[in-house]
Amino acid sequence: MKKAISVTVNGATHQSEVEPRLLLVHYIRDVIGLTGTHIGCETSICGACTVMVEGQAVKSCTLLAVQADGASIKTIEGLAANGKLHAVQEGFWEQHGLQCGYCTPGMIIASAQLLDRNPTPTDEEIRHGLDGNLCRCTGYQHIIDAVQYAARKAKGATGD
Amino acid sequence: MASKYVGKRVKRTEDPRLIQGLGHYVDDIKLPDTLHVAFLRSIHAHARITGLDVSEARNAPGVVAVYTGKDVAEKVGPVPCAGALPDLRVPDYRVLARDKVYFVGQPVAAVVATDRYAARDAVDLIMCDYEELPAVVDVEEAARGGPVIYEEYGDNIAYRLTSGEGDIDAAMAAADRVVSQRIVHQRLAPIAMEPRAVLARYLPGEQELTLWSSTQIPHLLRTQVAVMLGMPENKLRVIAPEVGGGFGSKLNVYAEEALLGWISIQHAKPVKWIETRRENIQATIHGRGQVGYVEVGCKNDGTITGLRYNVFADMGAYHQLLTPAIPTLTGLMLSGCYKIPAIQMNVTAVFTNKMSTDAYRGAGRPEATYVVERAMDIVAAELGVDTTEVRRKNFPAPDEFPFKTATGLFYDSGNYQGALDKALENSGYQQLREEQKRARDEGRLIGIGVSTYVEICALGPSQAMPAGGWESATVRIEPTCKVTVLTGASPHGQGQETSFAQLVADELGVDLNDVTVIHGDTSIVQYGIGTFGSRATAVGGTAVFNAVQSLKEKASKIAANIMGVDASAVAFSEGVFSAEAAAAAAAGEGPPSDSPPKNVSIQEVALAAHLARQIPAGMEPGLSATNFFEPANFTFPFGTHIAVVEVDRETGDIKFLRYVAVDDCGKMINPMLVEGQIHGGIVQALGQALYEEVVYDEQGQIVTGTLMDYAVPKAAHAPRFELDSTETPSPVNPMGVKGVGEAGTIGATPAIVNAVVDALAPFGVRHLDMPIRPESVWKIVNS
Repeated sequence: MKKAISVTVNGATHQSEVEPRLLLVHYIRDVIGLTGTHIGCETSICGACTVMVEGQAVKSCTLLAVQADGASIKTIEGLAANGKLHAVQEGFWEQHGLQCGYCTPGMIIASAQLLDRNPTPTDEEIRHGLDGNLCRCTGYQHIIDAVQYAARKAKGATGD
Repeated sequence: MASKYVGKRVKRTEDPRLIQGLGHYVDDIKLPDTLHVAFLRSIHAHARITGLDVSEARNAPGVVAVYTGKDVAEKVGPVPCAGALPDLRVPDYRVLARDKVYFVGQPVAAVVATDRYAARDAVDLIMCDYEELPAVVDVEEAARGGPVIYEEYGDNIAYRLTSGEGDIDAAMAAADRVVSQRIVHQRLAPIAMEPRAVLARYLPGEQELTLWSSTQIPHLLRTQVAVMLGMPENKLRVIAPEVGGGFGSKLNVYAEEALLGWISIQHAKPVKWIETRRENIQATIHGRGQVGYVEVGCKNDGTITGLRYNVFADMGAYHQLLTPAIPTLTGLMLSGCYKIPAIQMNVTAVFTNKMSTDAYRGAGRPEATYVVERAMDIVAAELGVDTTEVRRKNFPAPDEFPFKTATGLFYDSGNYQGALDKALENSGYQQLREEQKRARDEGRLIGIGVSTYVEICALGPSQAMPAGGWESATVRIEPTCKVTVLTGASPHGQGQETSFAQLVADELGVDLNDVTVIHGDTSIVQYGIGTFGSRATAVGGTAVFNAVQSLKEKASKIAANIMGVDASAVAFSEGVFSAEAAAAAAAGEGPPSDSPPKNVSIQEVALAAHLARQIPAGMEPGLSATNFFEPANFTFPFGTHIAVVEVDRETGDIKFLRYVAVDDCGKMINPMLVEGQIHGGIVQALGQALYEEVVYDEQGQIVTGTLMDYAVPKAAHAPRFELDSTETPSPVNPMGVKGVGEAGTIGATPAIVNAVVDALAPFGVRHLDMPIRPESVWKIVNS
């Protein structure tokens, strides 16, 4: 009992036939083949599966692929543009915001969303803004530094 | 030699792929025709399996096979335990349960299907009937009597052990006071963000099995799984691809790893199992799990006369690789940073109907440091002196190293006073105590907690290690002078692709990006031990360093040959071998135009070594060196952590006002990576102190079965850390490196608990067990 869906991922549109119960994260990883989005739990707590759907950061483990029919999705693989890293990606590299890398794609997407909404966050606002993303390696401090780096870089780019 | 990379905050070479989602963890590896495995796991803590009907599951859509304990009983060897202790009882641990189940989550049957959803569907079609038996859950009750798990043993004791030196009874008798405290180290779940994962692929023609596993020990895993499967070790290839965290939980040999290999052999197809988080909390090893009673004898002037620790250690139902060994590590570190002439630990290791405990960040040493540091605070409170004074009083002086402890260790080097002084200065300790006084007058509950810790790592001398404690490296300079490093270490976030490259690039005078570090593949990398026990840089890095020294020596001889001078006349700096002084002296007034060069670059030497026309007679061509480094001792990083907290009277929540740490891990190759390890370590300590506990109820059911209940700290739970360091080199290896991966976790837990207890001191609180929940705090404040 499959359903036909059309989903645009990182600018490329895919037509697929999927079971209604197929999770969006499995669709992205196993059907489209983009494995940068990770799975760390089944209860929507860890955030490793965070992607952008219609410009909003969502946990793709808690969405069905059929719910994304007609939607435009951006995953970690689509964040860099024309070979140039997103400011948040650059910040994570500069500030050692990752160790094992498993939470990182979701953390970067969530951070990018945070800065979209709040371009000059305080450390507290970043910590609370990343409430939906767990990291077990970094202790979070360098992640905060990474996001602040990206915030400064974006500010600098606009000449403020 | 000027250091271009070592000691600098070099950005990681690992990061570009990881920040773009282009790394490959086990589940990212896609092989055609892969079958998927889902497990039926026991829903009871202790039960007889009275019926197991898999026929409906076998016929479900997409299902290729269903295996039970009876199917694999004689085909796959038991899950191994490497802990060899006198009179240790080792229950037979099969990859699938046969007649009985012993913990919730124990695998009972494996469904193999063409896709993962079908496999999971079919699990629900398996009929398993159980006859429940009484569950053994409380470790002290289990030790005293009650229901017995293994009838053949007669009781629930896995082993008893007494360790330590000195006359403890005399020490207690000589004390002016003896301070006692019951201390609980609750069970923790390591919760690496990537759960376990295994992909097995058997090629029937070549008779080769490849096992991709999210593991910390690829070579050791290869040997053990080969034994379990009864296959030649050199026909089994284990690959640890990108590994999403370990913290000790993947320093192990799990049933699923061997079983997936076996299943692949049966079907001659790739087979994959990806652990769910529920499975991870049930059936990946837990950390800690000790209930202990500490007694410390002290004089009225604060001198410690002796320490005794009687502990019940919760093994779980079975032994995983190092389960019984963990409490012995606790015993080794009961001296802490102090001169304690008599120490005794009495361990009663107990079987319970729970998942096995094993190594989790610190592996027995957090327990020791926690016990000692809580005891020091209680002593200080009894004597009415500042906690730092009691600690300082009992420190060995820096010139008393190597320092022999009454636990049989020789601490390599240390300056506990230096770290303490720096931490007191950085925190403004005197001011903090004054602020605390003022705050208390205003009714605010502020606490200051100090922990001065030392820990044992860089495991370690092979005499003390079950599978060897050395580490290996091969360093190859290729014809184009690119450098390849094969390390037996198995990083999973620690950054050795970068730090080893820093080391090699500096030593050889090449560019960092010309050095590639390869790890985790047993067909590429020579036998190694792996990454755990904060050993990769101190032991693995030393093997790299030693190999590089051999290469430099050989390269120097080749360069000398090219330059026509004696090898002793050659100097090497920043990638260039030069013999200018010697050549000038030999040539007299000036060199003729066809004379040999006075400088040779390492690039020229690399090519020459392979073309083999200008190498000395009798020298082997090539430029590759392998070193197996056996450390003569462990190393002992140390430090002081100071936590300042405030208790919210209305909610019982704990808020951090400051967190100051001074850590000494000897020489630092990359201070940025060191900081990351300490930050991460402290937050795991924070998790233990305030949030985390694996809770089993009286029936042995896991209550904290998902991340909704098992509270891993989030960004808003963690404070900003003020880190600083001292650098006391270790004499154990030429670089002076100690190791730091676990130090943060070990040092921070007692600092945090000490701070909360200090905050509640006005209420007469002397000790609180972890995790210190807001409810407990609120009750104390509002009763």
